[in-house]
Parts: sequence; structure tokens; C-alpha cells
Amino acid sequence: MKLTGAQALIKSLEMQGVDVMFGLPGGAILPVYDPIIDSPIRHVLVRHEQGAGHMAEGYAHATGRPGVAMVTSGPAATNIVTPLADAYMDSVPIVVITGQVATGSIGTDAFQEADITGITMSVTKHNWLITDANDIPDVVAEAFYVATTGRPGPVLIDFPKDVANAQMDWYWPSSVDLPGYKPNPRGHSKMIAAAVKMIFEASRPVFYVGGGVLNARASDVLAELVELTGIPVVTTLMARGAFPDDHPLCLGMPGMHGNYTAVTALQQSDLLIALGSRFDDRVTGKLDGFAPHAKVVHVDIDPAELGKLRRPDVPIVGDCRSVIEDIVRAIKADPDAYQHRADITDWVATLKSWQEKYPLKYEQPSLSGVLKPQYVIEKLRDAAPSDTIVVSGVGQHQMWASQYWKFNYPYTWINSGGLGTMGFAIPAAIGAKVGKPDRTVWAIDGDGCFQMTAQELVTASIEQIPIKVALLNNSYLGMVRQWQEMFYGERYSEVYLSPDLPDYVKWSEAMGCASFRVENAEEVGPAIEKANEINDRPVVIEFRTDSSEKVFPMVPAGVSNDNIILGPEGLM
Amino acid sequence: MSISYIPGNGSSSDPSASLGVMHHHVLSVLVENRAGVLARIAQLFSRRGYNIFSLAVAPTDDSRFSRITIVVDVDSAPLEQITKQLHKLINVIKISELDPAESVECELLVATVNADISARGHVMELVALFDGKIIDVGIDKLTVLATGEPNKIDDFSELLSSFGIVELQRTGRVALAKLERQSNKLKNTTGRAG
Repeated sequence: MKLTGAQALIKSLEMQGVDVMFGLPGGAILPVYDPIIDSPIRHVLVRHEQGAGHMAEGYAHATGRPGVAMVTSGPAATNIVTPLADAYMDSVPIVVITGQVATGSIGTDAFQEADITGITMSVTKHNWLITDANDIPDVVAEAFYVATTGRPGPVLIDFPKDVANAQMDWYWPSSVDLPGYKPNPRGHSKMIAAAVKMIFEASRPVFYVGGGVLNARASDVLAELVELTGIPVVTTLMARGAFPDDHPLCLGMPGMHGNYTAVTALQQSDLLIALGSRFDDRVTGKLDGFAPHAKVVHVDIDPAELGKLRRPDVPIVGDCRSVIEDIVRAIKADPDAYQHRADITDWVATLKSWQEKYPLKYEQPSLSGVLKPQYVIEKLRDAAPSDTIVVSGVGQHQMWASQYWKFNYPYTWINSGGLGTMGFAIPAAIGAKVGKPDRTVWAIDGDGCFQMTAQELVTASIEQIPIKVALLNNSYLGMVRQWQEMFYGERYSEVYLSPDLPDYVKWSEAMGCASFRVENAEEVGPAIEKANEINDRPVVIEFRTDSSEKVFPMVPAGVSNDNIILGPEGLM
Repeated sequence: MSISYIPGNGSSSDPSASLGVMHHHVLSVLVENRAGVLARIAQLFSRRGYNIFSLAVAPTDDSRFSRITIVVDVDSAPLEQITKQLHKLINVIKISELDPAESVECELLVATVNADISARGHVMELVALFDGKIIDVGIDKLTVLATGEPNKIDDFSELLSSFGIVELQRTGRVALAKLERQSNKLKNTTGRAG
């Protein structure tokens, strides 16, 4: 069967099981947009290419399947670099297809030419420039394989216009041939035995759970391991929901804005069992001072993470699901050692006492007084179905959302952790809702973030993707303001945004959303109730919140996690 | 020419004697012979802050693959992290770490040196001692070539400089692991003893 390159590309995507793609056409990618009309694949037309990339990420986070985005060459391709970098940092499987000028014009500074494979080399797991239409099925198969296996990540296929127009004989490869890429999901049995021994010997152990557990679809086996060992769990920003917040052994989020118990449990532990986490600086604080007495068992599918920042005593290269299953099996296989394992009841009791003594706290003064953002999040949470997917942007609202929501199911929390991409929330929420149309999707956003990608609400309205947006408008770039207040002597430099400009309600309505404004605590509940009843279009609630509210606890940058500041009183 | 120069402190017997070998390590990287592979490797080194001392690329006997010999600065990052990051590149197939004591290394140098009528004989003598060749002759200059282990090339370059070097180009080293000369059993025994 003869196909054009464009037809072969779309057919290859169909063969990969792609049901939706996010994109925006243009000159170089034009030929590929023609066969889309005849394809069962749904195409969501975005308003900016960055939106397409984040939608693909949101879709991948929510469904576990790779997200697909397609844009044209040059400026469109460079617009999608940010989502690629974001997905690379957070190990999100997305496949991005960019148009490219004809092969004969490459390197001539042709119209809308950008060297996108060169530009994205360091923010993709791999990328391909297709120069022969006969390679298309092979490359698509390889791209999906690379994106979704091992440590997942973004890949890019650059697709020149003449290749799209060329003829090829259709085939579909039965396997991929990548001699340099052989991910190994199984942990080494000797290392697993060594880990089990350490787990039995430790008196102050903690599971330090990262996004790798979610990528490995390992929440259920993690729960089994925790039940078996009674060892408490912290879930990093990327792993919220990987272990239920309402479990008595869940300590919540560690790190710069983690709660006292999670932060201090890591600091004082004698064994960290790091599962798919990577000792990110936002978790460790000053690396030298991080968990100084702890031995480390480190499980990661990416060998380069082991020893990159903290030298593990027991390094285990493997997929978290496979390794956790092996650990559970090894524990069950040795009932005698299990019987004689170290007693951790004192440790668990100490942690419990810290949780009681140092809970997260804020004060909502009175129902008519200034509105606290944390109060809004608690009200949202209490009125939302338990399997609601929460998506956030980056900044104070992100930290409050992570702290005050209760995540009891995996894949209910989507955010930009590693790259910290402002404007992530709205497009990622749209992608999540497309992937999980039956679930409630709340984007919790800040006013700074909202202004970066709000145009995608037009996409949501037209494509009938009814997400809900809680816009916490404190009229500042709040996290920067917080740092300027705390560390720059209250010298506020270029952080004020104005509460009224733009008029968020009018703007949202102009984009086809239902929208209303909430100015005090009294109105919060009814507004949320109203929003929850609207399911035929996107809804945006603008909450006018206290500009001076800061995120606590906080470990200032560059200091040890022992120096945690619990609240404003700690600044004196 | 029967008399030729052999470096006094061969890098193979005493790695520390050669220039900076203590902090250098040779990686022999087998890669798929595809467009952009060198760029991927170079970019990885630059992005992660690893330093390269020299780099040589050429196809292997199998046209699907190329071999890249990289001399890395292990002070800039632990060798383990460098090789792990290299392994993450999809086109990288195999990485061999070549300990200078366990490998044969070779480098090529071409240099144009001042060689007027009074110095010409001395230059030719030096080139002969180093098993080199004269590959171009000018009125008052010679272009010479020498190959050998990097130590020898260092010495040759230093001795040439007394005549005045006009231009000099070195290839960077290429290397392969030494061949087995003993049975494994014997080798392990000596290894333990050493």
C-alpha cells in the first residue's frame, strides 16, 4: 500500500493507539493536517503551542498513556521547548511532532526554520529528524517506545515537509531496533536482599517516595510494603497521592515547604528508602546537612540517579513496581528475620507526637475579613469528589494546594515540579480532563500563572472541556514577593500585578467560561457549590486573597533542613 | 633507522608520569553511526559541566558504528556519573573505561618547524629518532609527522619547540584495551598480589 509520508505518520500514530492529539497547524506541517480529517484521532486545536505541550503532559499524567502534540516548524517548535523541558524534568512521556522545512532547505535559514533537534537535545530523552519517508513507521515506533519505557520522558520527531509529501510503501514494524537502549526493570537480587536486611535493622526508617512510584504504577504494592513493615512514608511534590494522605503512616510532603514531621523524619532517620525519588535540592535543602545519620537504599530505573547527589549504601537499578514486589516477596520469604526485626514503635510514636504538636496552620480571621488562600483550598477540597484531579501552576498556590489538599488516590495531583513552569495549570488541566472526562478537574492557579496561559480557556470552551479553575488572586507574584519580604528586607521589586487589571471575571466570560468573583470567606462555599454544578463549560472562580500570606513551613534556600521555619513567628 | 626513541617513563608502566594522567581517564565509546551523535555527546559534556581533554572520532570496521575516544577530566565530575549519563544517550551502545595501565594508546602529531640550513640536519635527526616522517619541505621550514603513545608525542613536541614551532596539530589519543597475555587465572593472581 502506497501512502504519503503525512498519511504514514498519522497511520503510525493510530497504530500506537493514540486517541487524541493537541496541536496547531502551520506551513511546514500542513500536509500532515490533511489526513487528520479522515483519522479517528481527536485533534484539540490549541491557541498557543506551549499549551499543546502542557496538555499532552496533563493527559499523560492523568492517564499513564503518552501525550501527543503536533505543531509546525520554527516559532511553533521553539514555543513547545518549555513543555519538553518540563516533561524531561518530571519524567513525563510525551511525543512531540514538529514540522520542518523541506530537507533541501535545511541549513539555509529558510522561512520558519529552526534547528529544533539541536535546540531540544538537552531537554528530550531522544529526538529524530526524519529524512526518508520510508523511516516513518520505524521512527514513530521507536519514539513511543523510548518515551514510555525505562525512565519515561519527552521525545521529539522533526518532520520535513518534503518527507510528508513523499510516497512510501506502508509497513508496521513488529519490534524496535535500538541497540543502545535496553532499560532494565528488574532489581538485582543481591541488592534486594541487602535492602531487606537494612530495613529489618533500622530503628528510624522512612520511605522517601518520589514520582518514580507513580510512573511505575506501583502505589498498590507500595501500600502492601508499608502495611508489612509499618514504616512511615513521605511523598514528595511529584508523588502526592502515591500513598494515601489519610493513612496513619503518611507523613505528607517533605522539602522546602514540607510539613515539620515529614522534613524532620527524613532529617532524623537512620534509613532512607528512596523509591523513585532523586534527592532534589527542594527536598534536601543543603545537601551536606540532609539526613546526616541515615543510610540510604536508593531504587531508581535511571542508573545515573544513583549516586548523582547522595551516595547510596544499597543502590538498586530497577522499576519501582518490580523492585517493591521483590522486596515484599523477600520479606515474606523470611518470617524469622521478620519476627526479629528492629522495633520501630518508638519512632512511629515520636512522629505521631510531632504531627500533633506541629500541624500545618493558618488563621482565617473572620468570615467577612480578608480571605486566606488556604481556607479556599480546604473548602474546595471538602466540596470535591474524592477522586478529583487537582492541577496547579507554580508558586505559593502550588505549595498550598499540595499541603492542604488530601490526596488519597494516585494520579490525582498534577503539577510542574522540577522545572517550575508558571502557566502549567490551565493547559495541563485541559489535557487531564480530555484523558479523564468523567472526573472533576480543578486547576488551582495564581494570578501570575493565569496570565501566562489563560488563552487556552478558549480552547477548553470551544472543545467543550469543562475544567474548573480556582484562581487565587493575591495581585502579586506571590512566591517572589515572599522571598523579597523575608530575604530582601521587604524591598518589593517588580512583583505587583494589580488585583483588577485584568478583570479576570470579564476576561473568563469573554473566553466562554462561567465566572464569578469571591471577596470574603462567607462567599467561598456558595461559589464553589455553584461552580460544581456547572458541567457544560469551563468555570473560573476568582478568589481575592490576602497578599501578605506566606507559605510555611519554610526551609530557606541553602541551609540545612534542621533550620525549618514553622510560621511567621519564626521570622522574629 | 635502527635507533629510535622510547619514552623513559612509559605511560603504560607508570600512569602518573605522563602529563596529568592522574586526572585523565580514557573512555572508548561505541556509538551508532548516525547524524548528530557527536553533537549529543559534546552537548552532554557541556551541559553537565564535564571537561574533555581530547576527542577522536572515526568509523569502526562495521559501518553501522563509530568509535569515539574521549579523554575526560575526572576532576570535573566523577567518572561513574559521566559514564552513566553517556549511557543514557540512545545512540551510545557501549562504553569501555580504559585504564592507562591496561590499554594501548596512540596519538598523531604534525608540526611545521623552523629549519633553516643550519638547523635542518638537527631536525631531521630528531624526526628519525622518533620514527617520524618529513611530510613537507620548504625553503626554511619542515613539516614533520610522528605517531606513538601520548608520552612520546609530548616529548617530541617539547624537543621540536627548541627549533621554533610555526604550527602544530595533534589528533588526540585513540586507544584500545590491552590484549590478554596470560590465562585469566594467572592474571587474577597477579592482580591480587599487585
